Amino acid sequence: MLKLYDIEVSSRLLLGTALYPSPAIMAEAIGASGADIVTVSLRREASGGKTGGQFWSLIQSLGVRVLPNTAGCHSVKEAVTTARMAREVFGTSWIKLEVIGNHDTLQPDVFGLIEAAKILAAEGFEVFPYTTDDLVVAGRLLDAGCKVLMPWCAPIGSARGPQNLDALRSLRGHFPDVPLIVDAGIGRPSHAATVMELGYDAVLLNTAVAKAGDPVAMAAAFGKAVDAGRQAFLAGPLEPRDMAVPSTPVIGMAAFS
Amino acid sequence: MKVLIRGAGVAGLTLAFELATRGASVTMVEKRRQVAGNASWQAGGMLAPWCERESAEEAVLSLGRSAPDWWSAALPGHVMRNGTLVVAPARDVAELDRFGRCTSGFRELDAETIAALEPDLEGRFGRALFFTEEAHLDPRKALLGLQEKLVRMGVRFEFGYGSVQAPGRADVEADCTGMADARPGLRGVRGEMLVLRTSEVSLARPVRLLHPRVPVYVVPRSGNLFMVGATMIESDVGGSITARSVMELLNAAYALHPAFGEAELVETGVGVRPAFADNLPRVERNGKDIRINGLYRHGFLLAPAMARQAADMILGQETKKERAHEAHH
Repeated sequence: MLKLYDIEVSSRLLLGTALYPSPAIMAEAIGASGADIVTVSLRREASGGKTGGQFWSLIQSLGVRVLPNTAGCHSVKEAVTTARMAREVFGTSWIKLEVIGNHDTLQPDVFGLIEAAKILAAEGFEVFPYTTDDLVVAGRLLDAGCKVLMPWCAPIGSARGPQNLDALRSLRGHFPDVPLIVDAGIGRPSHAATVMELGYDAVLLNTAVAKAGDPVAMAAAFGKAVDAGRQAFLAGPLEPRDMAVPSTPVIGMAAFS
Repeated sequence: MKVLIRGAGVAGLTLAFELATRGASVTMVEKRRQVAGNASWQAGGMLAPWCERESAEEAVLSLGRSAPDWWSAALPGHVMRNGTLVVAPARDVAELDRFGRCTSGFRELDAETIAALEPDLEGRFGRALFFTEEAHLDPRKALLGLQEKLVRMGVRFEFGYGSVQAPGRADVEADCTGMADARPGLRGVRGEMLVLRTSEVSLARPVRLLHPRVPVYVVPRSGNLFMVGATMIESDVGGSITARSVMELLNAAYALHPAFGEAELVETGVGVRPAFADNLPRVERNGKDIRINGLYRHGFLLAPAMARQAADMILGQETKKERAHEAHH
């Protein structure tokens, strides 16, 4: 079973709670996905550090674990302040740390991310850093005290799916014992299955479900894809080959003489 | 039949009109000193059920499609039936396809037909969706117009009496106070808007600019005014608009037309919309108490249908036609 900061989680799909047509559909989608961790943005959903009362009650009523995030923070100071507020509001030391470096691509500012991770880890936070697929940055985040890494596979909300499989493989290979969660860029269930087949521990997504024509059905599809990808990884998938290999048993050749 | 209505927002005023038209004696109680300032005051005034279907349930379309006719009958001359234009920046045209897949009732336009419809947008967008049946009105003029009309019809208004217990002489009391009526399951969704003034742009209809992060609409009003809205934040905190929201709304307006960058920013506003978990409104009855709530971002669009339902309940005139309508849906 997957362990994130000593907490055992049964589902390898983490869902965001933004952009759904209504909270009722969000609740149904979370149920259909089987996710037991959801992310909540403090900034946008709790103006002024106060959670939207009913929205927050609804999320609490779902019986899922909340991973607050620092979405929309563009500096170390903002992210650290938001994380501290989130700890108070949501009563958890988990924090998905986002420090955005580019407004257009929403690419993480990895330098600020490492700095903020150091500060928060020293304050007892359990940090889930949203990072790129850069191997060296990943190492520095672990040095900073992170015990989980969340690399992107494409820009947030872009739905492009894995853009650099080699980088994702390399991360997995170098950090076999660190929980790795692909966060951002997943558009379709096949994308989720692909990264799970590489041995990633989990997938976090939001837009691909919330903005689907039928969010509830799409959530269920993602739940299945994540499970399928995980099972395939455990089952040991074949590696691609350059040559055709016959799959029919050859018992005895017919003799033409 | 004597009816007391609490709350002179769009829900209360439309119910008062519906009841007064059918002969009831109506008194309105409003805690503010005037109609201005409530959540309805900050509305966009779009009667756009086909566009809303992008994220809303089918009921929003079925209940909302008759709204332009209701408003035209109640306030002749207020409703502009020019449709809605939906555009996307060049790099986000995928959003236009997604929007089209979720909706109906539109025609696809190209650069030429966009320019013919909105000359000031010439050359700015290669594709658009045109929702031909949609309409819009100026919500503030509509609220004040309805109030004036109701006064002429004999409806009594008592302002500044929110907390005072009403005289127990009414046969029915209707609560239309939105967020002030603490219903179980009701939540606030904060919306922020701003009003720009420029004579350099002219639009005949609301324009929606699709963007994966901050979709906005620009609604033209008389006097060279443009309402730009609206954020959707899961929070019941009112207060002032945030700097980020101003920035995002202005950016979007600027993306629609650069002349908005030179416009005067004449007003910012914040309202908290009352909504239930399914984002659909409800008419509830408990003895002599009736409540209309949960209009969410569809106040002007759905208040007429809710007012009709509530008035039917109050006056016991649920017609066969409307029953058939409900059964159909």
